[in-house]
Amino acid sequence: MSEHILEVRHLSKTFGTHAVLKDIDFTVDKGDVTTIIGASGSGKSTLLRCINLLETLTTGEILFHGQDVTKGRINASSYRAKVGMVFQSFNLFNNLTVLSNCMIGQQKVLKIPKEEAHKRALFYLSKVGMAPYINARPDQISGGQKQRVAIARALAMEPEVLLFDEPTSALDPEMVGEVLDVMKSLAQKDNMTMLVVTHEMSFAKEVSTHVVYMADGLIEEEGDPARIFTNPESQRTRDFLKRILQS
Amino acid sequence: MITQLFSDIAGLWEKYSTVYLTGIANTLILATTATLIGCIIGFFCGILQTIPCGPNEKLLKRIFLKILRILIRAYVEVFRGTPMILQAVFIYYGMPYFFDVSFKNIWTVSIIVVSINTGAYMAESVRGGIMSIDPGQFEGAKAIGMNHWQTMLYVILPQTLRNIMPQIGNNYIINVKDTSVMFIIGFSDFFAVHKMVSGAVFKYFPSAFLEMGGYLCLTLLASFLLRKLEKKLAGKSNYELVTDDSLVMTAGTYSYPAEGSPFDEINKDYKGGKS
Repeated sequence: MSEHILEVRHLSKTFGTHAVLKDIDFTVDKGDVTTIIGASGSGKSTLLRCINLLETLTTGEILFHGQDVTKGRINASSYRAKVGMVFQSFNLFNNLTVLSNCMIGQQKVLKIPKEEAHKRALFYLSKVGMAPYINARPDQISGGQKQRVAIARALAMEPEVLLFDEPTSALDPEMVGEVLDVMKSLAQKDNMTMLVVTHEMSFAKEVSTHVVYMADGLIEEEGDPARIFTNPESQRTRDFLKRILQS
Repeated sequence: MITQLFSDIAGLWEKYSTVYLTGIANTLILATTATLIGCIIGFFCGILQTIPCGPNEKLLKRIFLKILRILIRAYVEVFRGTPMILQAVFIYYGMPYFFDVSFKNIWTVSIIVVSINTGAYMAESVRGGIMSIDPGQFEGAKAIGMNHWQTMLYVILPQTLRNIMPQIGNNYIINVKDTSVMFIIGFSDFFAVHKMVSGAVFKYFPSAFLEMGGYLCLTLLASFLLRKLEKKLAGKSNYELVTDDSLVMTAGTYSYPAEGSPFDEINKDYKGGKS
């Protein structure tokens, strides 16, 4: 068996006395497109934020290519450079243009020369269909466009894994499609390794290779999307899917 | 009466215009330099005060950061809480007791005093400015691997600067006026000229009138220029689409958006409950 890119072991996270994540174990391999689904408050986003070390874990470890990244925090920055993240609220840098948003990380973190960074930024902005907008600032473009730029910004760092934290939840309905299209292309044409927290069941069903259903801070069930969506083992999974697919 | 006043002012100006103008120049140079240095001190304190100090950091680093924060806090409270005129005297006459320096150069002392005084106010303004930035900006920067200094320098502080421009303007205008207290250690600013001239020719009111007008002109000009700068920092309000870049046209663009999304159908599927 090949080495896992990411391995989460016995991860738990409490805020005060409230346990948000309880003993989570799972792995991500190269090329996996894993979707994490579940009701609001089930800990999906917290899990993703823990994986990117935006939250400190209470216990447990996160192994990146077999190395624990939670201890000492020495490598937090270089680890984060290899694990991209796309946020629900985009978090584009408001003081920079679309182009600079995609160049700053390459130049300052990866120390890539300006011309090379410019080329790479343009390449990825083209991929998401945002190249014509390089001179715009984030407050001048729409939500869907912002999210596509945010994806390009993460891609420009050429990460090994890309984390998506409900990337379409803050978007108007008509903009959801354009972002999902980009994500689908990434998964299918570029074989990007992706870990996606989402409420878009269609994406989970059609694009992902692995589905994780979370409830109350626990992984209730995980497996192949075809099986989870047609024949879930757990009653809770069944109830959740029934509720969400009907609405 | 009025004509008497104006003829007195004209007389003063005729005789002492170069002295008044030198005073204005000195005031402006001191206020501008000290405000700039004060801003740098303020931003520096802002960066240092926001270094993350979570339970995961090493103990030594945490202790160091705690001490640093206490020091900054003390600096702010002391220099914000005492009159600048007293600070000037304190430093001017106090330094020779501790260091082997005689402050022959009034300029150096004046700039030091006004700078650290402004810095104390700016440290609080910058702290407030940083707190007003959306936490998402920090997370976005962290998520692409930036460390604290990079995050601050390239993402947070440029936005902070824009937000606190009005406060910087406030400080600048206060400095234009309040550098007048530096006469206490012999700095010859605009106000010091008044003391000198009126003492020599006993025309107190005409000189004060001239000074009032002079200071008002300076501060009005300053707020006008600051507004301009603020507008410039806000950036252009429009942008141009770029469609003629060869790279843009050749890189493998995904089929956005003309063909419609395959998800449209699927969405309908589960929303309409057709399946």
